[in-house]
Amino acid sequence: MLFGASRRLKQRNSRRRLISPPSPDNISLASSSSSEQRRPQPGAEKIKGPVPYAFPVRNTLNAAEFGRSGMMGLAAGRGNRVAKWAKNRTVQVVVWVVASMVISLVVHLGMRRYNMENAEKRLVSMCEDRARMLQDQFAVSVNHVHALAILVSTFHLHKNPSAIDQATFAEYTAMTAFERPLFGGVAYAQRVMRSQREKFEEQQGWVIRTMKRGPSPEQDEYAPVIFAQETLSYLKTLDMMSGEEDRENILRARATGKAVLTSPFRLLNSNHLGVVFTFPVYRTHLSQTATVEERVEATAGYLGGGFDIESLVETLLKQLAGNAEILVNVYDVTNASIPLIMYGPEQMIGYTALSHVSMLEFGDPFRKHQMECRYCQKPAVPWSAIYTPTGVFVIVMLIGYIIFTAYNRYATVVEDCRKMEELKVQAEAADVAKSQFLATVSHEIRTPMHGVLGMLDMLLDTELSSTQKDYAQTAQVCGKALISLINEVLDRAKIEAGKLEMEAVPFDIRSVLDDVISLFSAKSGIELAVFVSDKVPQVLMGDPGRFRQIVTNLVGNSIKFTERGHIFIQVHLADHATAAMNPKTEMSSNRPPDSFDTLSGLETADGRNGWETFKLLLSDWAESGSRSGGDSEDIALIVSVEDTGIGIPLQAQDRVFTPFMQADSSTSRNYGGTGIGLSISKCLVELMGGQISFISRPHFGSTFTFTAVLKRCNHSNGGEPLPSSFRGTRAIVLDDRPVRSAVTRYHLQRLGIGVEIATNAVAGRAGGGAATTEDRPAVGAESEKAAAAGGGLADAVIMKPLRASTIAACLEQVAGIRKLHRPELVNGGSAFLRRLLAGKRILVVDDNKVNRRIAAGALNKYGANVECAESGSDALSLLQIPHDFDACFMDVQMPEMDGFEATRRIRQMESRANAEGGRGREWHVPVLAMTADVIQATYEECMKSGMDGYVSKPFEEKQLYQAVARFFKSQQPPPSPTAPHEEAAAALPGWAAQMKLLSPLYIPTANITFCV
Amino acid sequence: MAAATLKDQLNGLVNSMFAEGLLDDQFTQLQMLQDANNPGFIAEVITLFCEDAERLLKELTTLLYFQTLDAYVHQLKGSSSSVGAQHIKHGCIRFRQFCEENSKEGCVHALNLVKHEYYRLKTKFETMVQLEQRIQAYEGQQQQ
Repeated sequence: MLFGASRRLKQRNSRRRLISPPSPDNISLASSSSSEQRRPQPGAEKIKGPVPYAFPVRNTLNAAEFGRSGMMGLAAGRGNRVAKWAKNRTVQVVVWVVASMVISLVVHLGMRRYNMENAEKRLVSMCEDRARMLQDQFAVSVNHVHALAILVSTFHLHKNPSAIDQATFAEYTAMTAFERPLFGGVAYAQRVMRSQREKFEEQQGWVIRTMKRGPSPEQDEYAPVIFAQETLSYLKTLDMMSGEEDRENILRARATGKAVLTSPFRLLNSNHLGVVFTFPVYRTHLSQTATVEERVEATAGYLGGGFDIESLVETLLKQLAGNAEILVNVYDVTNASIPLIMYGPEQMIGYTALSHVSMLEFGDPFRKHQMECRYCQKPAVPWSAIYTPTGVFVIVMLIGYIIFTAYNRYATVVEDCRKMEELKVQAEAADVAKSQFLATVSHEIRTPMHGVLGMLDMLLDTELSSTQKDYAQTAQVCGKALISLINEVLDRAKIEAGKLEMEAVPFDIRSVLDDVISLFSAKSGIELAVFVSDKVPQVLMGDPGRFRQIVTNLVGNSIKFTERGHIFIQVHLADHATAAMNPKTEMSSNRPPDSFDTLSGLETADGRNGWETFKLLLSDWAESGSRSGGDSEDIALIVSVEDTGIGIPLQAQDRVFTPFMQADSSTSRNYGGTGIGLSISKCLVELMGGQISFISRPHFGSTFTFTAVLKRCNHSNGGEPLPSSFRGTRAIVLDDRPVRSAVTRYHLQRLGIGVEIATNAVAGRAGGGAATTEDRPAVGAESEKAAAAGGGLADAVIMKPLRASTIAACLEQVAGIRKLHRPELVNGGSAFLRRLLAGKRILVVDDNKVNRRIAAGALNKYGANVECAESGSDALSLLQIPHDFDACFMDVQMPEMDGFEATRRIRQMESRANAEGGRGREWHVPVLAMTADVIQATYEECMKSGMDGYVSKPFEEKQLYQAVARFFKSQQPPPSPTAPHEEAAAALPGWAAQMKLLSPLYIPTANITFCV
Repeated sequence: MAAATLKDQLNGLVNSMFAEGLLDDQFTQLQMLQDANNPGFIAEVITLFCEDAERLLKELTTLLYFQTLDAYVHQLKGSSSSVGAQHIKHGCIRFRQFCEENSKEGCVHALNLVKHEYYRLKTKFETMVQLEQRIQAYEGQQQQ
């Protein structure tokens, strides 16, 4: 066994050596490695792809950074690091490929090894099976020979005469041959001593012969075969002692009492390899411990048999499975150095690297046998050992590729993201810079433009020829247009910079709209009308300037693009209007196709604005007038501006609100303008918490609608002082267009005049009552003076667009009432201002005597108690805490200490005082800047230095009012000595009395007839 | 002379000044500031303005250094715009431009222009102040 194991070890070693030169699996490896070499190439390209791509980016970056930081070393170091990094990437890929190759190789080898081990195990088990089988068969045969020996000793030796003769033996052995499958045959040789030879020969009737068929020479004893099986009949009479092997066998057998075997040799007649088997037959029964001498003495004969191993083993092996796979050799290894082959091929054919040796035990202690098995062919490398590692390799490479791509992607995304960030920062910076630039440039342009305009004004005052005057006037008009454009741009920039803030001051929306339409002196052929629903409160909190700007913009646009028809501004409450407009759609379908119930009778873009809806709105307001006082603080208005212009081409409708984008480029050629107005309007509307939208049909017109959220204002102020003197009078409006008459009624109702509407003169007469017809003043409203004469029937003509104030003025004129000059009521804010400022102590700081005086005068007028200071330091000493000033107006530009510095110091003083406990109150005197140039930068500077607001110089009442309202509004105004209405009444004693006198005369009939 | 006649004269004067462009809207603001509580307001302001302007013009004529010049012109511009003397204001704007350009010739020219405008206005203002004072005096008598 020891020998066998060491040999196996050696075989394994040699097999390892055998693997290394090219063999099927090496080929497979080579093929896979060649495919690997092919595979990495795209991968390598992919690696190389991004690397040079990344380089320039990095390099430009470096360049940029270098440009910024100016550190060359840093850039170079970074470059090196980038190179190193790239190198690492390549190394990584190579390492990955090698690693995956190694992994697949290990898998491959492992699988082969496992396969080999399996084959070896199978070989061992097969070999052992065969050996055991052979041995068992042999043992069975030997046992039977043993039985035969007993038979012979019983029936031949112990019977006298013998019960067995040749015929019996032959028959018996032939019949029991199946019991001894390994034996070619058996024969019995009797031990004959030399002294007994003659007697024996005589008794048998034949002479003892040698193996060479000659008469046997003289010797001590003989072993002639007396009985033989049929197959061995040629052995009869032959002396077994004459053969070398046989003799040796016989001697050993009788000495041991066991079956012995010869070494293999060519059998006599078959020329097959075989061994001879010899078993002693004793005359007496011997104990196990009998000595050799006793055994020799007791020996009576020998049973022997030919053992044709070759054919026998072959038949035996044929019965077993897997016979074709393996080769079997049986050796006699009694002499270990020269193993004698008993069975199998003599050359070592087949797969010699793997073999197994099993020991055979045939019961002969002198002889050793072994069986060696091996495969005919080397066990094939299983396919799985090739495709599994290939699969593993592919998977690993794929994983590597996935990781690589993912990382690459990640790197690209990170890089992109960084670039985006950079670009974003740049873009934002550029945007801010742009806005700043616009603001600055606008201001820079404005200053010289004022110079230009001023000079033009002066030029116009000088003696000019008519041509020169024309030129100069044109230049002036252009200059003014430029200034307004610049203001728009400035607005836009302010909005974009987020610096535009909405004011919240009380204003009368109706008077704002009246102002707007008064701006647009009627273009011939266009009717301009405004209508505000009664549900809209009189006074609202909001930014009137911006509101006016939006409406002006929209109306201006409409005017620009409208040749004939009308422009109609309507204001309703948003929820009310939507409620009224929704059920309307089906009604519009059955209107007559040729005439439209709109203001001018022309079709409009938004069919919902016709009389039908309008009527609904009017009636609705009449019904639900009681609930108009809603509870919420916010009031959402919906304002629509409808025109019958050229409309907006469909393809341009989606970019109407984009800045600098007009409907199409030809528009600007035909109509001029920059297209910035609508975008500003949009921004403003959004700042007011509303939305702007439009409906437009080319050739029919457009309707722009916007919503705005304003606050309810509970304390009403003076507003526009519409004369209340017409209250209680009545009028008839003659108009065949219901919409237009509704508009007229709206204006008359604002004056407090009761209105009846008639579609023609007959109805008007009927309504007015016959008796008083002649006494009534008739007023015609026309947009053109030429047509106004009305055949001299009308007493007066009101220019369109209709406005309450113009109507009032006209009526006053007709009624022969002198319009009173009431300067303090002309401007919207004065009464309010008076209430705000009455009794306040205000400090005015200005180095300019004249300015100081004017400012003081203006503030004095509203009841303020004004003190003046000439310089910043004077102001500081006056404002030493405690002081009793309610506000401070501070000139910005002063010698020594300017307004900013003074304000800063005031604020410092105040914070110190507040920190010390404030002496009973929180000190913060409102400081308002007075400045000649109201630009963003100045405004910011003002805010920065702690000012609360600014007013522009020279003082304008409105501006002052806005600025003061902003920070005084939170404070409770002291009760004003006279309410505005009382004031108005006081200012009109004569007129009111007159009205009181007049009214009874005309009531209940209408006082005035309106022919529109 | 009746107050009404004086007032008509004054109105005529003011209107003509408006028409000539000597005054702008700012002056109407001033007019609005004058009421019963503050009867001599316009006269006072005009006097102040004239004193101030004359002082400044004297300074300007003697100095003509660019740095200090600018501040004076700025002052003059401020007071003239407050009073509504728009020709002087425009003249000052131009003057400042010349100052910034450091053009001495332009400055001298502008100064002369401003001076011319000022004296043109001054005579009118003097008339106006006289009228105002006479109106006041008359009204004062009436009240007494």
